[in-house]
Amino acid sequence: MHPAPSIILFTTLSGLGFGMLAFLGLDVPAPRGWTAFWFFLIAFALAVGGLLSSTFHLGHPERALKAFTQWRSSWLSREAWLAVASLVLMGLYAIGLVFFDTRLRIFGIAGGLLSLGTVFATSMIYTQMRTVPRWNHWATPILFLAYAIVGGALLTGRVELARALLPLLLLLQVFAWIDQDRHEREDPSNIGTATGLGARGSVRAFEAPHTGENYLTKEMVFRVARKHSAVLKVITLALGMLIPAFLLFLPFHHALAAVAVLLHLAGVLVQRWLFFAEARHVVSFYYGR
Amino acid sequence: MTTLPQHTEKSLGLVIDLDTCVGCHACVTACKGWNTENYGAPLADTDAYGANPVGSFLNRVHSFEVQPESGPAQLFHMPKSCLHCADAPCVTVCPTGASYKRVEDGIVLVNESDCIGCGLCAWACPYGAREMDPEEQVMKKCTLCVDRIYNENLPEEDRQPACVRTCPAGARHFGDLADPDSDVSKLVAERGGIDLMPEQGTSPVNQYLPPRPRDEAPEFDVLAPYLEPVAEEPTGFLGWLDRTLSKVS
Amino acid sequence: MNVVLNTSPKVSDEVRKTTCYMCACRCGINVHMKDGQVAYIEGNKDHPVNKGVLCAKGSSGIMQHLSPARLRAPMKRVGPRGSGEFEEISWEEALETAVSWLKPLRETDQSKLAFFTGRDQSQSFTSFWAQSFGTPNYAAHGGFCSVNMAAAGIYTMGGAFWEFGQPDWDRTKLFMIFGVAEDHDSNPIKMGLGKLKARGAKVIGVNPIRTGYNAVADEWVGITPGTDGLFILSLVHCLMKAGRIDLDYLARFTDAPCLVNGDPASDEHGLILTNEAGKKLVIDRRTGKPEAYDTPGVQPDLSGSYRHAGVSHRPVLHHMAEKYLSDEFAPETVAAKVGIDAKRIRAIAADLARVAFDEAIELDREWTDFRGEKHSKMVGRPVAFHAMRGISAHSNGFQTCRALHLLQIILGSVEVPGGFRFKPPYPKAATIHPKPHGKVTPGKPLDGPHLGFTHGPDDLLIHEDGTPKRIDKAFSWDNPMSSHGLMHMLISNAHAGDPYKIDTMMLYMANMSWNSSMNTSGVMKMLTDTDESGEYVIPRIIYSDAYSSEMVAYADLILPDTTYLERHDCISLLDRPICEAEAAADAIRWPVVEPDRDVRGFQSVLCDLGGRLGLPGFTNEDGSTKYKDYADYIQNHERKPGIGPLAGWRGNGDEHGRGGANPNQIEKYIENGSFWISHIPEDAEFYKPWNSAYQDWAVELGLFDAPSPYLFTLWCEPLRRFQLAAEGKHRLSPPEHLKARYAETMDPLPVWYPPFSDIDEGYDVHALTQRPMAMYHSWGSQNAWLRQIHGRNPLYVPTKIWKANRFEEGDWAKVTSPHGEITVPVAHMAALNENTVWTWNAIGKRKGAWALEEDAPEATKGFLLNHIIHELLPPKGDGLRWANSDPVTGQAAWFDLRVKIEKTTAPVEAQPAHPAQKSPVGHGPATVKRKLGA
Repeated sequence: MHPAPSIILFTTLSGLGFGMLAFLGLDVPAPRGWTAFWFFLIAFALAVGGLLSSTFHLGHPERALKAFTQWRSSWLSREAWLAVASLVLMGLYAIGLVFFDTRLRIFGIAGGLLSLGTVFATSMIYTQMRTVPRWNHWATPILFLAYAIVGGALLTGRVELARALLPLLLLLQVFAWIDQDRHEREDPSNIGTATGLGARGSVRAFEAPHTGENYLTKEMVFRVARKHSAVLKVITLALGMLIPAFLLFLPFHHALAAVAVLLHLAGVLVQRWLFFAEARHVVSFYYGR
Repeated sequence: MTTLPQHTEKSLGLVIDLDTCVGCHACVTACKGWNTENYGAPLADTDAYGANPVGSFLNRVHSFEVQPESGPAQLFHMPKSCLHCADAPCVTVCPTGASYKRVEDGIVLVNESDCIGCGLCAWACPYGAREMDPEEQVMKKCTLCVDRIYNENLPEEDRQPACVRTCPAGARHFGDLADPDSDVSKLVAERGGIDLMPEQGTSPVNQYLPPRPRDEAPEFDVLAPYLEPVAEEPTGFLGWLDRTLSKVS
Repeated sequence: MNVVLNTSPKVSDEVRKTTCYMCACRCGINVHMKDGQVAYIEGNKDHPVNKGVLCAKGSSGIMQHLSPARLRAPMKRVGPRGSGEFEEISWEEALETAVSWLKPLRETDQSKLAFFTGRDQSQSFTSFWAQSFGTPNYAAHGGFCSVNMAAAGIYTMGGAFWEFGQPDWDRTKLFMIFGVAEDHDSNPIKMGLGKLKARGAKVIGVNPIRTGYNAVADEWVGITPGTDGLFILSLVHCLMKAGRIDLDYLARFTDAPCLVNGDPASDEHGLILTNEAGKKLVIDRRTGKPEAYDTPGVQPDLSGSYRHAGVSHRPVLHHMAEKYLSDEFAPETVAAKVGIDAKRIRAIAADLARVAFDEAIELDREWTDFRGEKHSKMVGRPVAFHAMRGISAHSNGFQTCRALHLLQIILGSVEVPGGFRFKPPYPKAATIHPKPHGKVTPGKPLDGPHLGFTHGPDDLLIHEDGTPKRIDKAFSWDNPMSSHGLMHMLISNAHAGDPYKIDTMMLYMANMSWNSSMNTSGVMKMLTDTDESGEYVIPRIIYSDAYSSEMVAYADLILPDTTYLERHDCISLLDRPICEAEAAADAIRWPVVEPDRDVRGFQSVLCDLGGRLGLPGFTNEDGSTKYKDYADYIQNHERKPGIGPLAGWRGNGDEHGRGGANPNQIEKYIENGSFWISHIPEDAEFYKPWNSAYQDWAVELGLFDAPSPYLFTLWCEPLRRFQLAAEGKHRLSPPEHLKARYAETMDPLPVWYPPFSDIDEGYDVHALTQRPMAMYHSWGSQNAWLRQIHGRNPLYVPTKIWKANRFEEGDWAKVTSPHGEITVPVAHMAALNENTVWTWNAIGKRKGAWALEEDAPEATKGFLLNHIIHELLPPKGDGLRWANSDPVTGQAAWFDLRVKIEKTTAPVEAQPAHPAQKSPVGHGPATVKRKLGA
């Protein structure tokens, strides 16, 4: 799949943002006043920024409101509702904390859960794609949630928790990659089923329909080379988990924590790039790639 | 509504004969021509005369080589457009309802004015049947020429998809695959029509007729009686000729 | 959701029916108009050629009509040749310039003008103009296309494939197709294959490359290029040896029983014996005596020899037995050369025999033959063949095509139900076609039509000293039966001054500086080469084309043509007709839209020029111009009294075939969908060369002046007459260096000899090109839709060579021929003869041509094989220029090419890369997004 920057930014930033909002909504003691203001500002900036970034991927962002109509069948539509609901509730919750020194507990809990729900809905947009075996896998929602939670913990300064979660995330990610590889390998679709010619012999694509690229090849028939993906996986683990965890085990310093957060962010960006670039869409079989 | 209808009154679709398709691309440009001038936005081409021309097409012809265990390699052409699946995953992922499957005939369409161009439906389709128009930024797909097949401004005989009408080899057939007595259903039954990627669970309406066996030349030993020599030498042949001619007259 | 969907939108304001010109099929099209503009093009369901279907090119016609490469106004060259620097001028200036160049030539020596046309569909008109002008140097592109096929067919059986005939698609049970370019006669062949497939009839494809028609073939024979003749003669060997030949058919309808002069001392040794009236003699089985073949009641004896004055004159069939029963043609002998297992050859022969004889069909239709004998039914041999350039574009192509016809004929499968059938005006014996003419008289027309059929040395166009009269050396000793001329030799000969120098070259729709020439890089040099005085060696070039092709840059004067939707044309019975086996038909084009540029149909321009030059046929008695435009000519020209370019609605509109000119004729055609058709009566639909009912129908329609039945000529006497000349038995004699070649290649019976290029050692890979179905020559690249399908072309390499060179996807190779080298991208293909590489033809483009951006893939990754195919064979050290052509017809031997191939590092772009030519029309728009009436 084509690793579109707008989508990578969207899932990364909104994941972190909603993860942070989840912590802000569910965790006690909740911050108050200016501290709360800055926390919420960052969380909202990430979540809303991510969502805005996603609209850059749209052909017609001006029609985006129509996306709220199909919540009964569409995960994107559900994501839209959940995002709005969690942002509204968390907004009210934030107003209470920042301006009125009041914790509207129900708003916080509901908003926090909805924030996680938003991340889950985002993940389901990908998970539901039967056409992309690597996404159509248990690990997709688990990882989206896990990255959101770890990111939220880091950003809300839950150092203890982050110290514990980062190594777990690393293990989870490694296991997920291995299992996703297996899952993709074992997927029953192949050039034989795609063409219905598999029983006749070994099938290979001869001439593509057109000699140049097209929307499909640009959007879905993109795949990173295996050797590059291995390097990028190491980078993901190093930036996303190992180095931040190491930094957190050092004597605490705000600058170090900030570096850890930024490195983690970079790691997640690489992970998300790989999430797309490594995913094979079954339409690739028609193009012999 | 992006939920799928429980039942459609008809299942209109195409039957494509892989035994007959010579890969001429007639269906590709006939489709482009009709659908540029008709349903929705024109099918645009960017960098049309430059280094990387990219246009939207609703139908494209692939070709594949098959190497059987023995015998020479075989080549097949496979035109591919929307298969109008019964369980169309492209419909249910659509957040706006732009993508829908018609109850009356099962045709999957995009209402372009509702399309936000998110591209999810194209991701959901295993067949690569949907393409975002590079200029209009809405999702384009085969309409089964819904604006031809019922079009009262066209003579009755022309009320079929442009690709079917133009196919020189007659490798494309159009009809109701839900009706077991239709010509297309009979053809599918007779020739063992197949689904593409059945494991994707999309239940495509369009069917592909597999190529007949290739290069199964009858063994010479079976055919040998047809070449029983009448003579080994030219002079023997002339003797045979004389005998044969005298028998005739 | 309530989606309001109008399922009955208005389709168009109006449908205008005309004829497609996206290739040479000439399908009927419906042009849908909106707001007075072209909106959509589809096939015309009533049209005899395509019956509604339309190919990828035809369906993309709108993009050709709107092409940014369309020329806009007449131009004169202002920069050096090849640069593409032009200045637009008025039509008056353009025409006066042309007249100032041409008039002096007409008054002194018309052979100084060479007028050649390429994909011209008005050859009967352009040749008429050239004849009136008086130059002997006229031809269309047939010589570099498929003249072997056409000439071999006509010399052997009075017709060939495509325009000449077609398989009986509705009845044939076994169809065998050899080397067919997939863009030629493409819709009818695809429709035919579809019919066969629907019936489950068997298709055998013989072609080194398994694409297109060969991909759908039930059996594929991946033959070694250039060996088709040997394979076919091996099938003939098997069938004859088994006695599986149609003796009755051979005796009645062919020259197999005709007696061959067996007297080595005779000047007519090897010719057919004739009576005083010139009729061929056979032995009559009833009497055992020689008798004219067409005597009523005669029973030609296939076996009877005639012994006279101590000499035995044996029938043709005896000579055939002697030749083809030889082990030389046994499957085991030929297997290695043709690359087909001996058992496979036998199996195919057996299958042909089985279907032809054991699955014979009969139609209950009475008919009467030319001897007056009545037949109660029509017996059919349901085996049909089709072939095209793949077998003909070799230096042994003429004899190979003849071999194929021999195979068809011994199976009795020509002009019978289930077999191969002619389309009117064929069948037509070679002897009733015109002979070539080349006598120049200053200020006067040529003495007759340029092109025709020679029957012996007396018909050659040579001077007393034996030198050719024509610039392309057609009908000379070099290639004495070159019925279509040799367009591929024009520039090379004119540059070399061999046989003479010319002054002006006028070309129409012929991309001679690019894909329509052998040795493209060399030709570009010849066109720009100057002599000692600094003048161009070919002093003046006039070119007419609708589009900014590569050739435009090399012309001095450009006469811009219209697109096919803006012009009048006639697809005439006098030319390359669109008839069907069961009907005669012709068609027109008419301007469904008027040009929005200052362009004129070239034929109308010729009418104007003809008037200005005072050419007879183009001027009235008072000296005024006779035809105001081509439409005027189409309606009012009469080739013979009552016979004009169009056969339909003559006279008052109720006469067909014969009749006076009708001023409303074109209107009538337009009303009828731009075509006319006349069906052949049922009892005349088969056995046409010998069927009295057909002959009478043809006379009535004006195809012949009198019934002209004839025998198929397995024994090609014209070839034998040239051999006799080489043997010293004629007052004329070919030059010494050709005599051995005459003995080898001009056998009166079909033979096989290795292609001339096979002598080059070390070049052990065959290199071919094929036309993609979605492209026609170089035209398609300016089409925004088609160029997405074929925007570049790799060299397809078979598995054996792929592995030997350790090629990988994305690799490039250096391809070397004895003549030069190219560096090109490669791709793997398994379904390919293991010693053959190939690519799509004419995808590669020169930078700056066709209004494409200079970095277009056509110009950077696309390539031509033409660069490494020379128009001459490598020098033999005798100082002679040996053409890379068939020795009989002069057909360009494109497919004789042999190469070496090796992996190389990827260059920046395909080599050789030529500098850009300046585009006189700029470049196309970035985006195409057009919808009318929206």
